[in-house]
Amino acid sequence: MESYLSIPHLLAVAGDEKIFGWVTPFVWYSAIKVLVAVGLMLTMVAYTVWVERRVSAFIQDRIGPNRVGIFGLLQPLADGVKSFLKEDFVPGHVRKVFFWIAPGIMLLPGLLSIAVIPFGSKLGEQDMVIANLNVGLLYTFGITSLSVYGIVLAGYASNSKYPFLGGIRASAQMISYEISMGLSVIPILLIVGDLNLGNIVAYQGGSLWGWFIFKAPLSFVIFAAAAFAETNRLPFDMPEAENELVAGYNVEYSSIKFALFFMGEYASMIAVSAMMATLFFGGWTLPFFGLDQPATTWLGGLLHIAIFLAKTCAWIFLMVWIRWMWPRFRFDQLMDLGWRRFIPLALANIVITAVVLWLKA
Amino acid sequence: MVVAMGLEQMDQYAPVLMMALVAIAASGGMLAASVIAGKRGHRPAIKDTAYECGMIPIGSNSARFAVKFYLVAMLFILFDIETVFLYPWAVVYKDMLTTNASLILGGMISFMAILAVGFAYILKKGALNWRE
Repeated sequence: MESYLSIPHLLAVAGDEKIFGWVTPFVWYSAIKVLVAVGLMLTMVAYTVWVERRVSAFIQDRIGPNRVGIFGLLQPLADGVKSFLKEDFVPGHVRKVFFWIAPGIMLLPGLLSIAVIPFGSKLGEQDMVIANLNVGLLYTFGITSLSVYGIVLAGYASNSKYPFLGGIRASAQMISYEISMGLSVIPILLIVGDLNLGNIVAYQGGSLWGWFIFKAPLSFVIFAAAAFAETNRLPFDMPEAENELVAGYNVEYSSIKFALFFMGEYASMIAVSAMMATLFFGGWTLPFFGLDQPATTWLGGLLHIAIFLAKTCAWIFLMVWIRWMWPRFRFDQLMDLGWRRFIPLALANIVITAVVLWLKA
Repeated sequence: MVVAMGLEQMDQYAPVLMMALVAIAASGGMLAASVIAGKRGHRPAIKDTAYECGMIPIGSNSARFAVKFYLVAMLFILFDIETVFLYPWAVVYKDMLTTNASLILGGMISFMAILAVGFAYILKKGALNWRE
């Protein structure tokens, strides 16, 4: 048995031979990919918080967390331990079941939506995507829609005024921008003719001008704005709005439950950055040095993963940066922008793309 | 054959299921760990009141809210369904352009026209006017 579990053997296995029982190489590799992806995602969540705090400090001419470890690099660890040790208090006036469910499901949409995103080309024999679904993009939108539940349930369960206001604001905002987000990517589907994210990435290879940020710039603008609204980031952080709703939907929460809301928020921020890199910036490809072809060597495979992570991190950084530079929209402005500007614009974008494709055909 | 293909497609969802299980285990584990490791405090009556910036809560805990939110939720369902309708159309569009362009383009334009009429109607009704 041990020789089966050794890494060289696993890398050599390609067929459908069983390792033991029902565990085929497919199951085995998938399990490895899932565990690595979730682990990496949670680490990135922790360090995005750290980056956010350091960058905000830099922007506001402060120092930020720099005491725990070099450059404060161990700060996320300390914060994690602290939130586990805090008193886990459930106030008497809340709706108990939902109060527990809400933070529990906050983390799921962010983690689940990265399952279909190709984070590299090939490593050995394996495709670097967890689930190569033919409905990839639809799946992502389905899962991101679920992220509204955590916040709305938290607002409802808290049975208190600020969380409730935060909750209904969040629901209105997130569902509104979901429409423009869904409509904004349709031109890409028109051009590619496929929902599979791997094929969308492959389509963008070749030249820099093949990236959809250049081919469908209007889609990009709408998608980017909707991404900020979906993840409740400034300039659209209505549900939290620290200085009007104290902290919105998470006021009544303490200890790890409180932390889970933030982890969920950062997880969806990372997921949406990965989507942005995949849809508009060529995913793991770079149009130079033949890096747009699936890797044949291990080094090439690792390089593709690094390219993808670099693009994702660049977007995360941009989202952090914007948060500390921009003021918050007012709620009526937010709804106006979503419904009266973006939806007609996205629809017009679809018609124009369709007509241009028709004229070209 | 059809069954086999169906199973093969379902196989692709197995990693998604694994991912869901791992994610649920992660968040469930965190909630459980904090119950076990968390500090136990005493429970004075004031701790059980709703948080309103430190003041004694005024009135009922559930605030009234504008009916407009309800309207937005309904409009969302309509528009989201329309978005979902556009997805399959968009996927087959390029292939059908070469075989039956007038059907695929004409169909979309009539769909968009109906959508535009509906959109103009809700604009006219002031359903999206938040500034009153």
